[in-house]
Amino acid sequence: MPNPLSGYLIVAALIFAIGLAGALTRRNAIMVLIGIELMLNAANLNLIAFWRYGPHPELLTGMMFAIFSIAVAAAEAAVGLGLVISIYRHAKTSDVEQMNRMKG
Amino acid sequence: MGLVFYLISAFAVGGALAAVLLKNLVHAALALTIAFFGLALLFLRLDAQFAGFAQILVYVGAVAILVVFAILLTKGSEVPKDGVFSKSWLAGLAISAGVFAVLAWAVMQAAPSLPNESAVPSVSVNDIGNALMSRYVLPLEIIAVLLTAAPLGAVIVAMHEKAGKQEKLGAPGPGSPRTSSGSWGGDFVSETWETRKN
Repeated sequence: MPNPLSGYLIVAALIFAIGLAGALTRRNAIMVLIGIELMLNAANLNLIAFWRYGPHPELLTGMMFAIFSIAVAAAEAAVGLGLVISIYRHAKTSDVEQMNRMKG
Repeated sequence: MGLVFYLISAFAVGGALAAVLLKNLVHAALALTIAFFGLALLFLRLDAQFAGFAQILVYVGAVAILVVFAILLTKGSEVPKDGVFSKSWLAGLAISAGVFAVLAWAVMQAAPSLPNESAVPSVSVNDIGNALMSRYVLPLEIIAVLLTAAPLGAVIVAMHEKAGKQEKLGAPGPGSPRTSSGSWGGDFVSETWETRKN
């Protein structure tokens, strides 16, 4: 790696790609959510890395962005998993390939 | 760029890979916590102590538990017979490989102009608290509203719809016929709801 920031960016890109692959290829809806969580975390790593190596770390911009992003991701996980449980109760499956109707 | 960075990165990436590839969902959730923990270590290595510990508290502590609860509530721990990957897995893999290739190419192209090793920022939790309460107070309040509304919404969504319908119809007695098949929520849930109501 030529410099430290690009190392973190490559790791974040790798984790983002892994999360995207998980969200696109897995059949279980919970695994799709896990992939989305991995992608959000990779974005957070980018934010923190740019904050650390940016010109004005004392302004805390990237850090605050990452902290708010963590909070929003937690809310998203709660709502997403609630939706999965609700759909499972209704359709008796958590396979996204069998969820092909929006109405009952 | 020391050995520690490569070790932590391998830890996080390996956890993420295992989370995506493992067949058993409970094992995948455990691998996911490993990936979250590795990312928290990367945050700590980037001198972002507050974000690192927030990551451990929120992700390793709360989101992983939520995922495990959802897996156990949906019987997701049983490995399906017809495979865990969808029919279009090749397309998904190609898309994610393409995304990684583009991102890595962009990072490598920009690497010479990226800022190099800089001084460790001296940021204390005191500074973060001051910033949250002064400059970022409006986002903080909005996040507070979101974190109040989202769990309420999650509970309402996960709670079955049938109870509301029955209340609208005027609370049928215990002898009245119930049409529970096919509507939101199973028999078990609606029964517990009724006994709680009576």
